Order: sequence, then structure tokens, then C-alpha cells
Amino acid sequence: MINNEKNQVLLEIKNLHKEFDGTTVLGDISLNIHKGEVIVVLGPSGCGKSTLLRCLNGLESIQGGDILFGGKSLTSKNVQWQDIRQHIGMVFQNYDLFPHMTVMENVLLGPVKVQKREKSEALLQAEQLLDRVGLLDRKDSYPRQLSGGQKQRIAIVRALCMNPEIMLFDEVTAALDPEMVREVLDVILSLAKQGMTMVIVTHEMGFAQAVADHIVFIDGGKICEVTKPDVFFAHPETERAKQFLNIFQF
Amino acid sequence: MHLNWEFIISSLPLYEKAGWLTLKLALLGIVASLLIGLVCSLILYYKTKGLKQLVLIYIELSRNTPLLIQLFFLYFGFTKIGIVMSEYTCAIIGLSFLGGSYMTEVFRGGIESVSKAQIESGLSIGLSKFQLIRYVILPQAFTVTIPALGANCIFLLKETSIVGVIAIPDLMHLTQSLIGMYYQTFEALLMLVVAYLILILPLSLFLTWLERRVRYAQFGN
Amino acid sequence: MLNSVINVMGEGINLQRLLGGLLVTARIALISIIVGSLLGIILGLVMSSKYKVLRFFCRLYLEFFRIIPILVWLFIFYFGVTALLGIDVDGELTAVIVFSLWGGAEMSDIVRGALVSLPKHQIESGRALGLSFWGLYRYILIPQAVRRLLPGAINLSTRMVKTTSLVIMIGVTDVVKVGQQIIERAVVTAPTTSFFMYGLIFILYFIICYPLSKLSKKLEAKWES
Repeated sequence: MINNEKNQVLLEIKNLHKEFDGTTVLGDISLNIHKGEVIVVLGPSGCGKSTLLRCLNGLESIQGGDILFGGKSLTSKNVQWQDIRQHIGMVFQNYDLFPHMTVMENVLLGPVKVQKREKSEALLQAEQLLDRVGLLDRKDSYPRQLSGGQKQRIAIVRALCMNPEIMLFDEVTAALDPEMVREVLDVILSLAKQGMTMVIVTHEMGFAQAVADHIVFIDGGKICEVTKPDVFFAHPETERAKQFLNIFQF
Repeated sequence: MHLNWEFIISSLPLYEKAGWLTLKLALLGIVASLLIGLVCSLILYYKTKGLKQLVLIYIELSRNTPLLIQLFFLYFGFTKIGIVMSEYTCAIIGLSFLGGSYMTEVFRGGIESVSKAQIESGLSIGLSKFQLIRYVILPQAFTVTIPALGANCIFLLKETSIVGVIAIPDLMHLTQSLIGMYYQTFEALLMLVVAYLILILPLSLFLTWLERRVRYAQFGN
Repeated sequence: MLNSVINVMGEGINLQRLLGGLLVTARIALISIIVGSLLGIILGLVMSSKYKVLRFFCRLYLEFFRIIPILVWLFIFYFGVTALLGIDVDGELTAVIVFSLWGGAEMSDIVRGALVSLPKHQIESGRALGLSFWGLYRYILIPQAVRRLLPGAINLSTRMVKTTSLVIMIGVTDVVKVGQQIIERAVVTAPTTSFFMYGLIFILYFIICYPLSKLSKKLEAKWES
């Protein structure tokens, strides 16, 4: 029996319920993420998109529902997030490279110290990845010597070097000057072409349409629509989605 | 006003001896405080159940009571219920008890000075709590912690002036005795001030230089 | 054993005298805090002014009080002035003078820090709205400055309260001294009194200082801008 890898469910989100100080931020979120799939989460500010991503990574606790990664529940008491996070990589809005380390030290910290891999092997992978994003010549620079776009690309490399199965991107271009947004988005696009499973939160509509396999539209902490990108942008089903898209048109 | 220089010169060895004693006590107190501070701040960081509450209570108790009372309590109080300690032991315990909580606050502040974003960044590549301290927090908190630790050291040095109240032959005790016996008040007071200046001024200047250097390294001004 | 201690400490006159000692402590602390604060505000303004010479002398004054331990200052004023004037100086007065001077020095730094940290654009916005010099101070600068210095000021007051325990060394009959006298009198009948008496004084200081430090933390958190 041939295992159809493309349809294998990597991450199952079941009825996820998240509260902050008694206020429901995410209610009854259910979603399946398949291997190789790219999900783009769209929605107005404060709708809970970033929170959802942070729940998948264990940076936020959930009060109801479950998340299953490779069949295993991430809400049970003895979940070792340290292990899980090596399989679920995350890139943040503010890059947050470690300022006291060079680019190469930043990238190698996870593979060598956490995954206990051979330094030479990790170095090879790091150099390959840095080369692919065009920053191999900066491997000995410090973060403060780099531009925002460069730092963000390095942050992506750092996460990729852990060989994750899923990559989470939380509004990674929101803090960048406009000229640098493209270089970062190009990296993510090429990752998608190579079949990386990704969940992306973004406001870049053109990019969303180009990279996504499915658009998940969230408003008020609930999923309103899950549609294919071309359909979503041309004929959104729900009223709220229509209102949301109108914001981006003058 | 003329000073009795003979008296000053003849008392110099006494002041030197007392000064060394003060320094020794301060050093022991500082080392003990640093150890206590390290242990307590780690307990707070790892949020160890039960111990965390104890540490918090300890901090409040030692920060809101004067060293003098702590010393009296230890030296005069505990003796009478059967726990006899030498005055030196009491002094060290008192200084460590007080200093430990101050050091804990410094280390705690250092850990908290590293932004949440940095911590999350480290967590997202799978670092354990210990690895976080080693690779992310410690290097970045260092620059904030060192000046504060230095300030605490100076604070403890000054606090040693109080241990004279439990019959330790330190600078204060010596000065009091000399004034009482020989009435050379100005001379004794002058030497007392000079002694403390010698002990504290170099450290204070070093600290100021250190702070400036740290600030330059961080902000470049 | 415990019985005799309770007898001693519960004796009416002992309680009365303890309270009297507490009053002395409170008096010294309160007067010093008030005078020190006023002095500190004035000096703080001086420290923020543009007169380099004045700033220099203020700085010198501050550093002197910071480097020399307070007990040493108490000795200097108490024994020094006594020898200078040949009269018996009142310990309480000496204490108030020394603490006020010390408090003033520390307070001046707190005030200066508060004034320096005021964001300049607030002043510009105020001017743009047409506020006069006094209006600027009253509605914008002073409320903001107060918020920035209050936690530090309360913190300083707590430290001053703790330091009043030192006045026993210059002959003031404060709560500690009274406690010692009671202990001495009871040394035969209830020798363990010292443990409980110092324990009591320990708790008394804690009861006074803990609420203050909690208040300071609360204000600091509340006004974190």
C-alpha cells in the first residue's frame, strides 16, 4: 500500500479554546494541516492569528481542545516542549537573533547544543542554507551589523537548521522596511516550492495569494472561512471576509 | 585647631588592624551573599514549588528589618535560648542574611532584563531552561548585573560599620574606645573617616568606571 | 520559661515604655523624612540647573554621604560637636540633623533623576498648546515628576526608618534601648526575654517597613509609563 505522503496529516487542531484573563481569544478552532501544505492565516488585528501560532508552539497554553502532532497530544501534562519545538520551527516578527553571537553561532546553537549533532555536519548545512538566502558572506557578522531583511532571513535559516517538519511564520515582514519585504518573502516562497509544511500569518495579500494552498480567515477568534486562495480573493464567502479585503483596496 | 599628631601616629597600627578586620568580614559577607543570591534567584527562575515561597518570604523579612536588630537578635537573643554563637559568626550570618536578599534581587533583575522575545526565540529552537540561562540570559544580563553587584558590595562594606555593636573590635568600636579613653575625639574621628575612605573610595571609583564602560559597550556613548 | 517572659513583656509599664521608645523612633524618622525631602527637592532642582559650580558642590555633598557610612556620620556629629562645643549634645537632635542631611542628599539624586527623565516632547506639546511657564509646571511637569520620584522616595523613607535603629549608639532611648533596659531588669526572672524582645522589635520594624515597600512597588508598577 502506497502511503500518500502529501495527504498525511501532520498537525491536527481540535476545538482549540484559548482565554486571556477570562476573555475568549480563540474559540472552537479546528483545522488539519497536511504534509507539504501551506496555510496562510488572515484576519483583522486582534483576531487571534498570532495567538493561534503561539499555541502551536507551546508559547501559549490552551484552556480547551487539543493539538495533535504526529498523532500525539500536545496538551497532556508530560509534553516535552523542548523536543516538540525541534520539529516545529517558528520565526517571529522581530527576528530576535541573539545579539551577542555571530550569525553562524546563532544558526549553529540549536543543531549543536540542543540536537547534539556533529559540528562539521551542522556547519555544512548552515553554510548551504546561508548561501541559498544569499548571506553566506555574512556568517561572521553580528546582528547589529545587519539590516532587518538580512536578520529575518538569518532567523529563517536558524529555524531551518533544526530540520523541522513544520515552519510557523508570525507576521515576519511586518517590522521591515518595504524594500526588504520582498527578499524575505522570496525565501518563504522557495521553501513552499520545496514542499515545506508551513503556517503563515501575514498581511501581505499578494504574497498570501501566491504561496498558500489554503487561506484560513479568522475573525473574532473563530474560523470564518477555509478556501483556496484564488477563490478567497475573488469571491470571499462571508461578509466579514469581504469587509476585511475591502480594507486593502482604495 | 591643632591635631595631636603623636596620637594619630601611635594609633595607626590599631586602625590598620581594625580596618583589615572590617575588610575580612565584608569579604566573607559578600561571598556568602553572592552564593545565597545565586541559589535563591535560580529557585525563583525555576519556580520550584514551596521553595519559591520561602525565598520570597526571606527577601521581604531581610529587606524590611535593620541589620542592627538582626545582629542583636542573633547575638543576644539566640544565646539565651541555648544557641550560642561567637560575635564573628553572628556578624557573618547577619551580613549574609541581609546581603543575600539584595544579591537575589540583582540576579533576578538581570534575568528579567533579558526581553521576553529573546527568551521565546531561544525556546523556539528547543533550548532547555538551563541552556537558556547559559547561552541567552547570562551573556546579556552580565552587563546589567555587574554594576548592580558592585553597588551591593559597597553597600555591604558600609553595613559592616554596624557590627561593632556586638563587641567586634572593628573601626567603629575602636574609635569609640579611643574617644572614651583618651578624649582625642577629632583625631580618632579623622582616622575613622580616612579609614573608610580608603576602604570604600577605590571601590566606588572602580564601579563608576565600570558602569561607564558597560554603558559604552551597550549603547556606544 | 515562657510564662515568665509573658509576665515581663505583658507588664503594663513595660508596654508603656516600649510604646514611648517607639514614639521616639517614629519622631526621629518622621521629622528627618520631612526635612530631608524638602532639602532634597531644593537640592534636586539645583542639581538640574545649569550652574556648574553649584552642581559640583552638591555632587560632592552627595558623594560624601554616600561613601561614609551613616553610623560614622552619627559619630562625627555626636562626638565631634560635643568635643567642639564642650557641651552635651542631644542624641535625638543629632540624629535628626544627620538623617535629614543624608535624606536630603539621597533625595536630591532621586529628584534630579525624575526631572532629567521627563520626556522633552511633553514640554514641546505643552508649549504648542499655549501653556504658560507656571501652567507647564503645574499640569504637566510636576505630576509627571512626582510619579517618577515617589517610588524612590518611599524606598528612601523605608531605608531611613531602618537606619533609625542606629541612634541607640549615640545614647538615644529609642525602642531598642527600652527593650534592652527591660531585658536587663528581667535577666534574673526571665532570662530568655532577650530572644522574644528582640524578636518583637524585629517584627515591629517589619510591620512598619513592609507596607511601605509594598506601596512603593505598587506605585512603581502602576505608573510604569
